[in-house]
Amino acid sequence: MLDISPAEWTAILLSLRVAVIATLVATPFGIALAWLLARKDFWGKSVLDAIVHLPLVLPPVVTGYLLLLTFGRRGLVGAFLADHLGIVFAFRWTGAALACGIMSFPLLVRPMRLSIEAIDRRLEQAAETLGAAPWKVFFTVTLPLALPGVLAGMVLGFAKAIGEFGATITFVSNIPGETQTISSAIYSLIQTPDGDAAAGRLVIVSVVLALGALIAAEWFARRATQRLHGN
Amino acid sequence: MLRVDIEKQLGEFSLSASFSSEGRVIGLFGASGAGKSSLVNMIAGLLRPDRGTIAIDGETVDDTAAGIHVPTWRRRIGYVFQDARLFPHLNVAQNLDYGRRMNGLASDPAQHKRVVELLDIGALLDRRPGKLSGGERQRVALGRALLSKPRLLLLDEPLGALDEGRKLEILPYLVRLRDEANVPMVYVSHDVAELRQLATQIVMLKQGRVTSLGGVKVLT
Repeated sequence: MLDISPAEWTAILLSLRVAVIATLVATPFGIALAWLLARKDFWGKSVLDAIVHLPLVLPPVVTGYLLLLTFGRRGLVGAFLADHLGIVFAFRWTGAALACGIMSFPLLVRPMRLSIEAIDRRLEQAAETLGAAPWKVFFTVTLPLALPGVLAGMVLGFAKAIGEFGATITFVSNIPGETQTISSAIYSLIQTPDGDAAAGRLVIVSVVLALGALIAAEWFARRATQRLHGN
Repeated sequence: MLRVDIEKQLGEFSLSASFSSEGRVIGLFGASGAGKSSLVNMIAGLLRPDRGTIAIDGETVDDTAAGIHVPTWRRRIGYVFQDARLFPHLNVAQNLDYGRRMNGLASDPAQHKRVVELLDIGALLDRRPGKLSGGERQRVALGRALLSKPRLLLLDEPLGALDEGRKLEILPYLVRLRDEANVPMVYVSHDVAELRQLATQIVMLKQGRVTSLGGVKVLT
């Protein structure tokens, strides 16, 4: 059907690896932040909320450039991580994962937050009267009830991460086999004289992945409603 | 068994109650808005008194002067809410087992069997709460609270959400519970008939104040 070349496979697999790692690493942070925003009132909450949503509205090239300034070899955090922990982001696939994680974070957090907000707090009270310490309440009641929302957030974040382009190419460039994801491969191919066919194949792959993720997110959202009704 | 001497301001409403009881079933009686639920929530630790003390089974769980406030989960109480509040993501068996797991108690099959038989919920164990009737839900909630081995069982209008027929279906279970389970109870209700059947002692609340205290005969 689709005659995908080894070079295209490299880009597809790299995209998947980048998106999977970005989503898995972002998820615990996403859950913690979603819980904080859903449940706690604190000074500077609206500022934090705005910062989380910033990558959604900022031009991706700006986010990428800021990442380069911060996490680049000479960046404040980047230099520290490289010198002390040996972790390098600049021009590596890990940097692509970082860029994708940050760009997809708002989409990942939102369903998680909504599902935590939808939980009946009286169930958590009931758990407490049965002897559950607050952290046990979180893991045995809050998180299981929010799970469909958590999964929906992960799926959406994954879909966004796999399609990320602007911040990634700005931060880690477009190196085949290291940082060239589906998006940047398409970008290169449509600038090459006879790259149309290859670009077309990757476009189809992108559409399939994105559609699949949206359908999965929708399915998880439906499950969430059923679960909260106890069926 | 239970000693309460508290004050609490809730918006316009002020609650000030003082009583102590050794009764097996303390009936907390009063019209809606008399402060019954707030009082029970304070005994449970879900609400904090502005001033005063609460002691359960000789242990001070609240003492505002001494800065003591034992959190709900360490009070070893059971609480049956009007709306059951079963965990929708767990089946009946898992709901029943929840308190035991959270308190790290060893499994006690004999006790489990006794409670399941007492409440007649053996046939429901595999079901999800969404598939239960209101009366079944309330029986499971009772069992769940009992199996956490509480030293005091709080029941806040446990029949309040049920129609008359269902009430009559549950009442005998509550009577058996009183006579066989050997756990002291605080039973909140605005229904005189219910309390006559169940309570051994009455605390009458009116607009946030205790107006009478004594045997079931104060319910006239």
